[in-house]
Amino acid sequence: MSIVDERVRGGRLGDSITRPDGTPKVQGGFAFAGDLNAEHCLWGATLRSPHPYARIVSIDVTPAYAISGVEAIVTAVDVPGQLTYGLIRQDQPVFASEYVRYVGEPVAAVAADHPETCRRALEAIVVEYEVLEPLTDPERALDGSHPPIHPDGNLIRHQRIICGDQSATGEVVVEGTYEIGMQDQAFLGLEAALALPDPGGAGVDLYVATQWLHEDRKQIAACLGLPPEKVRLTLGGVGGAFGAREDISLQVHTCLLALRTSRPVRIQYSREESFLGHVHRHPAKIWMRHHAMADGRLVRIESRMVFDGGAYASTSSAVLINAVTHTQGPYRCANALVDGYAVRTNNLPCGAMRGFGVVQACFAHEGQMDKLAAACGIDPVEIRLLNAMETGDALITGQVIENVAPVARCIRETAALPLPEEPVGGRDGDPMRLPGGAGRTADTAHIRRGIGFAVSIKNLMYSEGFDDYSTARCRLADGVATLKFATAEVGQGFVTIAGQIARSVLGVDDVLLDSIDTGVGSSGSTSASRQTWMSGGAVNAACLKVRGLMFDRVAQMYGVSAESLSIDGGDIVDASGAFRVSVVDATRGASFDETVEYRHAPTEDLDENGQGNCHTAFAFVAHRAVVDVDPDLGLVKVIQIATAQDVGRALNPLSVIGQIEGGIAQGLGLAVMEEIIMTEGRVRNPSFTDYLLPTFLDMPDVVATLIEERDPIAPLGAKGVGEPPTISSTPAIVAAIRDAIGKPIDRVPVRPTDIIF
Amino acid sequence: MSSRTESSNASADVGLNEQYTLHVNGEFHDVMDAWVGESLLYVLRERLGLTGSKGACEQGECGSCSVMVDGQLVCSCLVMAASAVGQPIVTIEGIAPVGVPTDVQQAFVDAGAVQCGFCTPGLIMAAHALLERTQEPSEFEIREELSGNVCRCTGYGRIIEAVQRVSIQRTATSASREADS
Repeated sequence: MSIVDERVRGGRLGDSITRPDGTPKVQGGFAFAGDLNAEHCLWGATLRSPHPYARIVSIDVTPAYAISGVEAIVTAVDVPGQLTYGLIRQDQPVFASEYVRYVGEPVAAVAADHPETCRRALEAIVVEYEVLEPLTDPERALDGSHPPIHPDGNLIRHQRIICGDQSATGEVVVEGTYEIGMQDQAFLGLEAALALPDPGGAGVDLYVATQWLHEDRKQIAACLGLPPEKVRLTLGGVGGAFGAREDISLQVHTCLLALRTSRPVRIQYSREESFLGHVHRHPAKIWMRHHAMADGRLVRIESRMVFDGGAYASTSSAVLINAVTHTQGPYRCANALVDGYAVRTNNLPCGAMRGFGVVQACFAHEGQMDKLAAACGIDPVEIRLLNAMETGDALITGQVIENVAPVARCIRETAALPLPEEPVGGRDGDPMRLPGGAGRTADTAHIRRGIGFAVSIKNLMYSEGFDDYSTARCRLADGVATLKFATAEVGQGFVTIAGQIARSVLGVDDVLLDSIDTGVGSSGSTSASRQTWMSGGAVNAACLKVRGLMFDRVAQMYGVSAESLSIDGGDIVDASGAFRVSVVDATRGASFDETVEYRHAPTEDLDENGQGNCHTAFAFVAHRAVVDVDPDLGLVKVIQIATAQDVGRALNPLSVIGQIEGGIAQGLGLAVMEEIIMTEGRVRNPSFTDYLLPTFLDMPDVVATLIEERDPIAPLGAKGVGEPPTISSTPAIVAAIRDAIGKPIDRVPVRPTDIIF
Repeated sequence: MSSRTESSNASADVGLNEQYTLHVNGEFHDVMDAWVGESLLYVLRERLGLTGSKGACEQGECGSCSVMVDGQLVCSCLVMAASAVGQPIVTIEGIAPVGVPTDVQQAFVDAGAVQCGFCTPGLIMAAHALLERTQEPSEFEIREELSGNVCRCTGYGRIIEAVQRVSIQRTATSASREADS
């Protein structure tokens, strides 16, 4: 069941070649995880807690067994291995047993002959709860006024960063408190998996949409009580991820039901269930105080950050570290005191989403930079240029930036991009062009335009001493290269650039991509903007090794020096230019096969003062937003986003543009429309009717410039490009809204009431 | 309407006993032993094996399940399958043979309009329907007409580009035909 097996020809690094899976995707033949089926397959479904916090008194599944077509029901007592799982801490139960800690927490799962049978079976299961007072205010998790809701306590992590002179100050001091709402990744391809049990329950094959096959396998195997090699994972086609598939969701449940029934089982979440069933972007409250000289130069930053991690730890501790270590943004600052807290509540669990903690920090520091600009009486662009960091500058953690750091260039080139031609309030009196569209009654004469600017820094890859690596295998025979890796293709296009790398390094035209599965070593997660660097680095290294063997063979066959050989198009040539043989001829009858693990430079933990080289690399971007605001109705229309992004080197410029435009759409969503609204631990809008995603009509023109300064630290000179577009687009839009209406706005998403009152 | 199967838990048992015939992509398909509550999307995917149409919201908000029923673009998640009897249905699988993409499909690939691809079949159906109605839509018309289809990956820019490419190609082709005749 190979997901990507199409032979792709042509296209080397730097070319905007099209996706190898493009044709099946446009024709409907590409198999997403939810499209997979098997003979005699059962449907699985999950019973979830209706309460944010309650004690489970009893569970009676017998009424559900009475329904015709129900084959199995499992609860916590049926979990054969470890009862809990988690990416960093294993604190989340496979099924709740004693307590439920959030609305939507799995309590039981059922396998039956039809989705409707499953639904009725879930309805028939009787769970008696003793409802408890939920902890939903993150401050109450900190002040100790609510008893621990989990044996691990209500504080997931505290990290302080203290550096420089704590008494340093300047003539100008500005402060603010910023709030970021809970955003959903809202990938379109709902959680889905198909489990095929081995006879006798000795093992299981799982086809699943995920971001990290090997980490999933580790957690699944532990919970199933099986050795990891008995749990074989294959990537089902993934319909977007954006962080929401980094934690496991239905994986253990699906395998457990398959092993219990000795039949294939598939689970697919509904959209409502998806809102409950995966982690979200952390809602956060961030206070910052900036001290600066009268000319705008930063002197000291103080900050306190509280991140609501929800009921289970997930990646909260790493998200928090990203937030606190990015407090200063892409600006030089020698003195700082930051206290960050990630807390446990009875709200939905939060974890990874594109931008991973930096989105929240950036919204706050960019609000501060605008306040500082206003207080100093200088332009928002100028104050950012004045403070822009460069290669060699130290962060507040003491870490020195070794990467290419074209911050000033990002700012200048963004500011130089043309402003939109669209007149204020739209063109030709067409009401569809007004904020709110034709359905509202905005008065064109009242529309105000605003322009806002924001800049960000984002760490790339994993941090804090994590052994971060990626594995790739390259085989070359008869002029055809075959690549094998476990890198989750979630839509970002790694399958495209993998072929480009192999063609460039080996001089071949034909590159086959093997099935993406656990039949090779881990590639790490498709997250943290890391796969171009990490799996790209691994594919590159494996291809280089194979090329070395090929050159040795050529040297032996033709009596030339291996060291003098290089690839020129589809040929192998020597330094003199006198020798030339095609790769196809040189590899005829031969076969090379190399597997390589690529690692980035090691990182270290932060010490108690938040000092240490905890990250390995950084990327930068600037955004400028132009908006029209209707101050009567509180509506916003984003007219244009301009951006210059530090990409190192664009391996496939078309793919990079896709990441930039798509990332900006998610940043726009957080700025003006997307929020999971919770009251007392209950989600009020778990549907696409009530959780608003940007549509064609919400997305403005994007004008983008790629800043290509090859990073010598990156294996291909290329930086990850996925997260930066999402990070500073949000504060740029909010700055533009502030500019339009002349009022402070310190929370996202911006609501009509924030504009009107 | 059929009656429910009797069993020890009659009120909860799902009656899997509907039978009807759908006309999909030019062929008649017998649907057997179905539950009356199944949506057209479910029947296309699970009973006829036509998994090109995708379900992402189940309430007509995202357009991923778009198909043509009796010449109208509809969200198949909102149509009861049993109510589509007697109407010609065209799905993504029915608009071109495998490996021979339409101009719209090819333009989506070429313009970079596809990332994860989950929204793509629905968007292809909607883009075809749009370009049938209007050969030269303005950028704003493209945005308005396709706004019932949500894409989470691309930010829409490359999709608009793809539709514009087809519009230009088709207009050029029809202009040259007119010139020839």
